[in-house]
Amino acid sequence: MKNSFLVTNRSVLVFLLCLALFTLGVTVLAEATGAGVISTSFVKTLGKTLCLCLIAIAMDVVWGYCGILSLGHFAFFGIGGYAIGMWLMYARTHDIVVGSLSNDVIPATSAEISDAIGTQIFGVVGSSEFPLIWAFAHSLPLQLAAVVIVPGLLALVFGWLAFRSRVTGVYLSILTQAMTLALSLYLFQNDSGLRGNNGLSGLQNMPGSDLGQDVLSIRFFWASAVALGLGYVLFAFVISGKMGSVIRAIRDDEARVRFLGYHVESYKLFVFTITAMVAGIAGALYYPQAGIINPAEIAPIASIYLAVWVAIGGRGRLYGAVIGATFVSLLSSWFTGGGAPNIDLGFYEIVWTDWWLVLLGLSFVLVTLLFPKGIGGLFDYITINREKGPKA
Amino acid sequence: MSALLEVSGVSVTFDGFRAINNLSLSINEPELRAVIGPNGAGKTTFMDIITGKTKPDTGHVLWGEQSRNLLGMSESAIAREGIGRKFQKPTVFEAQTVRENLAMALKNKRGPFDVLFYRKSAEGATRIEELAAEVGLTEQLPRTAGELSHGQKQWLEIGMLLAQDPRLLLVDEPAAGMTPAEREHTTDLLVRAAKTRAVIVVEHDMEFVRRLNCKVTVLHEGSVLAEGSLDHVTANPQVIEVYLGR
Ligand SMILES: Nc1ncnc2c1ncn2[C@@H]1O[C@H](COP(=O)(O)OP(=O)(O)OP(=O)(O)O)[C@@H](O)[C@H]1O
Ligand SMILES: [Mg+2]
Repeated sequence: MKNSFLVTNRSVLVFLLCLALFTLGVTVLAEATGAGVISTSFVKTLGKTLCLCLIAIAMDVVWGYCGILSLGHFAFFGIGGYAIGMWLMYARTHDIVVGSLSNDVIPATSAEISDAIGTQIFGVVGSSEFPLIWAFAHSLPLQLAAVVIVPGLLALVFGWLAFRSRVTGVYLSILTQAMTLALSLYLFQNDSGLRGNNGLSGLQNMPGSDLGQDVLSIRFFWASAVALGLGYVLFAFVISGKMGSVIRAIRDDEARVRFLGYHVESYKLFVFTITAMVAGIAGALYYPQAGIINPAEIAPIASIYLAVWVAIGGRGRLYGAVIGATFVSLLSSWFTGGGAPNIDLGFYEIVWTDWWLVLLGLSFVLVTLLFPKGIGGLFDYITINREKGPKA
Repeated sequence: MSALLEVSGVSVTFDGFRAINNLSLSINEPELRAVIGPNGAGKTTFMDIITGKTKPDTGHVLWGEQSRNLLGMSESAIAREGIGRKFQKPTVFEAQTVRENLAMALKNKRGPFDVLFYRKSAEGATRIEELAAEVGLTEQLPRTAGELSHGQKQWLEIGMLLAQDPRLLLVDEPAAGMTPAEREHTTDLLVRAAKTRAVIVVEHDMEFVRRLNCKVTVLHEGSVLAEGSLDHVTANPQVIEVYLGR
């Protein structure tokens, strides 16, 4: 079954091939595994970009295929990041605390160790107590499970409430935006249990491992590439065949789909939840490469960017989302990172760190108006021309 | 032979305007029934009520052997009960191919996971070919539905209706935009379908209704004005008045 699906979907194979070649290329050029042409920090940037591609294809499925303009998927991404970040921070602090206490004459009790870890982690918000949500932070498997379960459950409950009352279109977008805003505001509070606006930091260090950042960065890069490949296959499977047909039909005329006997709300809930879970995984891979997560990452604007990437890349095609996320996020870090030379107009200097957002907004408007199919639409011209070629 | 569908005492008000007024009607299985009536008589609204699109203020809609009440059910659940509908304005999924449209309508399990793991079967493909042949769209199967002519879209929607294999077909003005030959074909199709199921056809065209050769219900201002053979109802002075007086 899987075989026949992959064989009939050649574009998936092409994508996997490109991804594999890209991964190989980076590996050969990276510091830890190859020529050292690509710096460790750039390997991290590329790895993070792959994670952004993963959430972008999730966004494309939920918006481009199912027609739900969710402006909240970055919340799920952030939750995935927090879930893994809690373990990373706990385990590392635990190692440090145990290491420093081991010199004492009297061995420390487990309560003392726990107190010391608490003070280390929560000192910045004036506390040393472990909040309830940290109950499983000591366990990697449980926090890994939380990476998919928590976003999945949140999406399930939120989606059930929203879809059941048949909230659609702009109202639904606003609702998802409100959800993100609420979550981010909650996390900003010191007593949220997640260190308020300090967020979680030091996530780039792998507890219990003495591997250097060069090695860790390439491993996370590989993990991100594998996750993107698997995610791509998963979503290509979902949008292929009859499921894809029903999902696109819901996007185009959901009332009509109901009269064919399909329970539209279940389908939306399925798509919303599965994409939220993948967004969680993407976040869990992203933040260890970023090293820090704080509530600002979940701010509503992040989810809007996500929609912009997908629109610019071309929605309704998975590779379009990948192109959009790669292109815009790399360009964005180039502009905001001071990579782009400022333009001196004599009377005014265009400083790209300030003007980049304006440029992005303009391109979004232009693409939406003039090229609704986005960058991915260019591939249509190529294939159409090729089809026309021999006949002419 | 008991009634498959029984509508009794149904009323609907839109912003104070009574579109359906104490309407009662029942249909057997199998049976072919034509519903006629002037514009705004409430024919489409009547179908909206049966299919769950519009909730009536009062009345009952009872269905099947167990006389289940359809009124509390969602549109999709009603469709799964075996009630299929063709809309007045042809509504097909224009961005998808004719084949995909038919495949979606095919009678199969409707749950998300059934659909996710559904893979094309030989029987399904044969059934689609048969349906396409029946509605004359064999050539068009790989085409995008949006490219079809108005008449072809009508056909596609009729094909989708047959694909669902419903017990009750509600067909709203199927012949609009069709050539005389196509109209004749539609009549044949509906008459054949009605050999094994209940079919309710709404149509303005009297010639069309005459060819259906079945019991006719005349709606006017949301209630039944007359019922019987076409000759019987057209002889009814009230019906003449309604039709001539509009
Ligand atoms: N959703 C609605 N809101 C307000 N009024 C409505 C609504 N739906 C129908 N109506 C009104 O109810 C009346 C019956 O409409 P309906 O569409 O059922 O008529 P019809 O018999 O199908 O007419 P036609 O032959 O033109 O298709 C009309 O006066 C219409 O304007
Ligand atoms: Mg009508």
